Amino acid sequence: MITTASTVDPVEPAAQRSIIFADGYLNKLSGERIEYECRRRLETGCRELELNFSNTEIVNSIGISILLGVIDTASDKGARIVFSEVNDETVELFEMLGLTKHVVIE
Amino acid sequence: MAEHSHKLIHAFGALAELGHEITNKNNFQETIRTSLHLISGALGIMRGSVARYSRFGHELNMLAIRGLGDDFPLSLSLCSEDERQFLSNGLNPIEISQAKVLPFFQVYDSSFERRSLELFVPLVVRDEIVGAIFLGEKASGDPYTNYEKEIICAMGHHIGVAIAQRNLMAEIERQAEQNRLLFDEMRSTYHDTVKAFAAAIDCKDKYTEGHSVRVGKFSEIIAAEMGWGNDEVEGAAVAGYLHDVGKLTVERKIINAPYRINAKESAELNKHPSVGFEILQPIHHPFTDVPLAAKYHHERLDGRGYPDGLFDREIPYIAKIVNLADSFDAMTTDRPYRARRGAKDVIEDLQRNAGRQFAPELVTAFLGGLLKELAGENREKRFRRLLGREYMETEGIRDKLRYTLNEMAPTTPMTYVAAAASVSELPIH
Ligand SMILES: [Fe+2]
Ligand SMILES: [Fe+2]
Repeated sequence: MITTASTVDPVEPAAQRSIIFADGYLNKLSGERIEYECRRRLETGCRELELNFSNTEIVNSIGISILLGVIDTASDKGARIVFSEVNDETVELFEMLGLTKHVVIE
Repeated sequence: MAEHSHKLIHAFGALAELGHEITNKNNFQETIRTSLHLISGALGIMRGSVARYSRFGHELNMLAIRGLGDDFPLSLSLCSEDERQFLSNGLNPIEISQAKVLPFFQVYDSSFERRSLELFVPLVVRDEIVGAIFLGEKASGDPYTNYEKEIICAMGHHIGVAIAQRNLMAEIERQAEQNRLLFDEMRSTYHDTVKAFAAAIDCKDKYTEGHSVRVGKFSEIIAAEMGWGNDEVEGAAVAGYLHDVGKLTVERKIINAPYRINAKESAELNKHPSVGFEILQPIHHPFTDVPLAAKYHHERLDGRGYPDGLFDREIPYIAKIVNLADSFDAMTTDRPYRARRGAKDVIEDLQRNAGRQFAPELVTAFLGGLLKELAGENREKRFRRLLGREYMETEGIRDKLRYTLNEMAPTTPMTYVAAAASVSELPIH
């Protein structure tokens, strides 16, 4: 369980979209917990993972690395990753670093 | 061009953070893990790892690893040819696809290919391999540009320095540990020497056999009861062991005289503190001033001692401790001209002479230690070993001690009043 990243899909755990909120601590070493949480959900059958950035103003290099970890795991599992509510500046950064080649931005 | 500068700014942000991380954190593992995140995140690299090089095992051991899978080796061996090539390459990224001639890349080829590793960066710091960075493909799928390689070099240098520093610290710790062992050895040699000396002093005097050793142990007890630290307690013991070293030069017949010695003989004997000082002065004693303890162990608070007739504050504290231990041993052992004195008599003597000969707080600390042992609060049997069971079981000794301690150092006015009120009921005679 991550404290601030709350699940929105308690009804159907598998084969459905699971939402995780990226939040502020994505940018620190503690953000690795987001990665573990994503991996856990992907391993329990989640096929589409949504990462919500509504509370994330900026993403730094540690944040990028953690997101890359999530993308890597998802591609291993054949799951889809969706980034939602990302601000323009961050989208630009994701494009620049090639993350947008692996995820859908909503 | 705009994107290029945008990338640069992002990468420099990561570089700055890496510098901050390395200079400010002291958890090495976390620093390395963060470093790997920073490199990956700075350039959008999918996977990679940071390894530390063991010069002795000739292997790269993984410190942090991302996305390389469970089957990736955690320890990779280098042969001397690899080492040589990496050293001459310096801290620069090597394209794995173009380095297949080196044994290292041949041996681990399948592992590297499976996780599409593209760059290998030997971390060479001051002409020494301290580690390596492995980097996989970029999220964009594009090849690494020269400017990206430069950023990798800069970040790699930071990480290499962090590892080198860590190695240096480990080396310093190892040497400190070795020094400590050496010091302990010297310390025990010193103590053995001191004990040998004490035995030699005691040999001269058949009636006071074991006197120096006992005075050492009593001094140790007093210092410990005063709450001194381990080193100081040890110093007090040494001062006790050696306090009579000056007796080595006094004629045996004076020391062994089975009668009260005359004035001339007494003058001869009374030189032993100063002679002891002369003997001990040239030796460096850790923790305490052993020579001064020898010189002044026959001084009294009231100024009636010898050799200098010093008063209370002029007497070194360690000498006061040894004086109490020395007197206590003299009273509690048989002498050529009299038998040992009874426990209660000795306690009374100490109380009576507190403030005259002895420092009162030392007397209360010492008697307090004796009471603790008798009451079973201290199970070390420090006194019992020195005084014998019978002596320790003198009837009424515990009450006598309680009463004396209450008189000398009441813990609170209440207990003092209570003790005073019950004086007549105490079997103290
Ligand atoms: Fe003496
Ligand atoms: Fe003595």
